[in-house]
Amino acid sequence: MNSTLAILAILDGISYAALVFLVSVGLSLIFGVLRVVNVAHGSLYAFGAYLAATFSLAIAPISPWLTYPALLAASIVIGVACGGFIERFLLRPLSGQEDVLQLLITFAAFMIMDNLQRLIWGVQPIFAAEPLRLLPNVAVFGVSYTSYQVILLPGVALATLLGLRYFLRRTLSGAVILAVTEDREASTAIGIDAKRVYFVTFVIGASLAALGGALASPTTSLVPGMGADMIVLSFAVAATAGLGQIEGTALTALMIGLTRAFVIYLQPEFEVLVPYLLMVLVLLMRPFGLFGAVQVRKI
Amino acid sequence: MQFLKAAIAAGLILATFTGTSLAQSKPSELKIGITTFLSGPASVFGVPAKAAAEMIAEDLNKKGGIGGVPVKLSFIDEGAGGEALVSNYRRVVQDEKVDATFASISSGSCTQLVPVAEDLKVMNFMWDCGAASILETKKYRYNFRTQANGTPEMLAVLLYLLKTKPDFKTIAVVNQDYAWGRESWEIFSTALKAMKPDVQVVAELFPKFGAPDYSTEISRLLALRPDVVLTTSWGGDLDTLVRQAGQRGLLQQSTFVLGIGESSIQRLGKDLPEGLIVGARGDHWFLHPEKKDDAAFKAFNEAFKAKTGAWPIYPVYHMAQAFKALQTAYDKAIKSNGGNWPTREQVVDATAGIEFATGFGRPITLRPEDNQGLEAQLVGVTKSVPGYDFKLLDNIMIFDPRMITNPAGVRSVEWLKTLKPDFVKMDVPTFKAP
Repeated sequence: MNSTLAILAILDGISYAALVFLVSVGLSLIFGVLRVVNVAHGSLYAFGAYLAATFSLAIAPISPWLTYPALLAASIVIGVACGGFIERFLLRPLSGQEDVLQLLITFAAFMIMDNLQRLIWGVQPIFAAEPLRLLPNVAVFGVSYTSYQVILLPGVALATLLGLRYFLRRTLSGAVILAVTEDREASTAIGIDAKRVYFVTFVIGASLAALGGALASPTTSLVPGMGADMIVLSFAVAATAGLGQIEGTALTALMIGLTRAFVIYLQPEFEVLVPYLLMVLVLLMRPFGLFGAVQVRKI
Repeated sequence: MQFLKAAIAAGLILATFTGTSLAQSKPSELKIGITTFLSGPASVFGVPAKAAAEMIAEDLNKKGGIGGVPVKLSFIDEGAGGEALVSNYRRVVQDEKVDATFASISSGSCTQLVPVAEDLKVMNFMWDCGAASILETKKYRYNFRTQANGTPEMLAVLLYLLKTKPDFKTIAVVNQDYAWGRESWEIFSTALKAMKPDVQVVAELFPKFGAPDYSTEISRLLALRPDVVLTTSWGGDLDTLVRQAGQRGLLQQSTFVLGIGESSIQRLGKDLPEGLIVGARGDHWFLHPEKKDDAAFKAFNEAFKAKTGAWPIYPVYHMAQAFKALQTAYDKAIKSNGGNWPTREQVVDATAGIEFATGFGRPITLRPEDNQGLEAQLVGVTKSVPGYDFKLLDNIMIFDPRMITNPAGVRSVEWLKTLKPDFVKMDVPTFKAP
């Protein structure tokens, strides 16, 4: 492999990693704070994509540039409406119960949303590429790339990472979330409303999943089953990083994206295996993930 | 005299009983169990096919049904897959007591259900699945394929490529990583190697089924610059690949061959450029050059468009073939049975070797040696035509199935290896776009 192809592979890897990070980080955030493995995360991704496409197709005739705020609006609507509903009416009543019940209820939500998706948007593939078409292509060593994929997506992913870091480390709300994550009982004792923190965190995580879907929607066909594929990959990334690790998720997504890209250039038959092979290798050596820490059990 | 009377009475009784055993009483309805994808990515085929089945059954019943008996349909979702599919199939056959089944779209489903149908002694039409191997490895009594298989489908596309772009030197493939993606490439590449051995395969890419992103594959192909890129992908995967490749100039750089692209043409709309070679898994096209002025063909297409919002695609026509095959088999069996309603076994006997015509394409024959359908293959190239917001097919060739289907008893791949470069020179009629 020469240096030209290596640079192309790096660009492809970064573009792929950006999208994977946006979806996985929401899953990781929710687990980190609520200790819930949200199986419905894939459905939130799919709903975000479908609603963004619906908004884009409706608004593009007025002004194609309005499709960008439409992507953001779709993510917020799904995050608040679907994420809020799941947390308030499905997860909160099970608070304090066995973890497996929360897993099962989010799995039920996933199944219901999968059918709802078919009911609302049908089974034929939907494509809404307006936001992608608005930006010009860029040529790298004679190979054409869309700016959307090699500039915009990584830019949004980086902004999300830095924004989350700032929010959690430098703001009062972030400090409150971290306090509840660290010790729910102690934080409740000093007057923090833990239920509200859980609700807000879940909505943020759900919005991030929907944002991943919304940003993916201009590049791909929206089809039944797309949520199931994404949830598997997101779990692999979040588990490899260590559940609850924001920066770790970013680095793991980048590692998986780059490895996958190089594998496609060198040994394409192993492409599908890459994320899962990395996950198995990492978990064998570090069962708590690449960036996860050993936790002391409270008796 | 007493003896004569007794003999006549006995004779009459015997004749009555014998007659009863030959003439089944006509049922109140003819039940058909149909497996089709109602969920998952393949529902892009399964849902239109279900709509077609309902439309055809309604029309058939208005005309008196099959042999005067109305048909009743039961649907099974192939999307459930695995054991659930087999259980549902058994339930429909054993509890609902269907008279025949149409199974399935997926070759995986066919592989699972064909032995079950044989075991349950229920007549089954493989109405859409393409794996050639199913009927090549064993002779079945109750299973028939009412359309072609992957071998003539891929061979027709390759022949079209060799006839229209004979000078290409390099080829790459981007297929979905599952049975059809792998098997279709094996058929195509084996035949290519036999007929044009100097072509170099520069990349064999099999991205994950349902992959949302092909950026890396496209970058690699842009760097490799192959003369031809083949894909037999379908549904959302094909749409995504074509759109992403188009946005980055790959469709303009290489000649793209969409092995079963007919089903995506309407959805891709203006994103599909001119000059792409498109196969149709049979001679299926809503503007079929030999049928486009036929009143019944036009009426069916327009009724389907009115019902679903889109022109029919190949699984719709495949569904129509299964119905026509069933109707033809029953008509033949009733006739052979002196106008009486036939037994199930008599219908199975009558099905072997039948020729039937839906009127939506050329007639199809069920080869009696292996129950394989011999179906013509239509291949064309995309072209913009005023009045349509999607591309139409131009320079359409329709291949004779007897020329491009492996003989009964010979495995596809073994037969493909015996092809010679002269095979390309076969005469094939060509039709222009309207």
